[in-house]
Amino acid sequence: MLTIDRTLYDAIVAHARRDHPDEACGVIAGPIGSDRPVRFIPMQNAERSPTFYRFDSLEQLRVWREMEERGEEPVVIYHSHTATEAYPSRTDIALASEPGAHYVLVSTRSPDTVEFRSFRIVDGQVTEEPVHIEDNAEQVRSESERSHA
Amino acid sequence: MAIEVRIPTILRTYTGGAKTVEGSGTTLAELLNDLDSRYSGLRSRLVTEDGGLHRFVNIYINDEDVRFIGSLEAKVSDGDTVTILPAVAGG
Repeated sequence: MLTIDRTLYDAIVAHARRDHPDEACGVIAGPIGSDRPVRFIPMQNAERSPTFYRFDSLEQLRVWREMEERGEEPVVIYHSHTATEAYPSRTDIALASEPGAHYVLVSTRSPDTVEFRSFRIVDGQVTEEPVHIEDNAEQVRSESERSHA
Repeated sequence: MAIEVRIPTILRTYTGGAKTVEGSGTTLAELLNDLDSRYSGLRSRLVTEDGGLHRFVNIYINDEDVRFIGSLEAKVSDGDTVTILPAVAGG
């Protein structure tokens, strides 16, 4: 199961909508071993294409180094499909190279409906998993405390 | 001093789990041959049968993507860090 804060869920969907009709892509980093996505890192799609995505190679090096320095790993790797369902394509499956990551797919084919699904892709095998969206209770509490102050 | 090579998770099966290994050579091609002599099979994950770099693997010498500096003929020297990262890509 992927557990993700609503703010991060919303950030992925917003990025996908913003880049439509091109595919959007990015990473959510989290502490190594935590399985918890924390730090949102939208990436450039070097292909700028409605049917393909690829992280810019120099941006990827910079981001991967930064994660290593911070003790993080790519907990979520996301990208959008702009005309088809939010399910990994054959290319997605063939190129998946982070067996520990949650691969999130968002479809922007409908402007009104959000399609957000998460998968594990290991050795060419795709396994869909439930997505649990958490409303950040602490943040909500501190905001309400502030408004009462 | 040798050349430090950083290995991504998915290729650590070839290096006995090691995150970094050391190698030698004056070009990337020589370095990969040297590594393959100790970590058999690693080279074939990076170089195609035609002798070019695999399209969906990124290799960097220090801060540079080797595609911009001569690919397999790119020069390496002692003290350099070579980083291998699978491209994050799809359709």
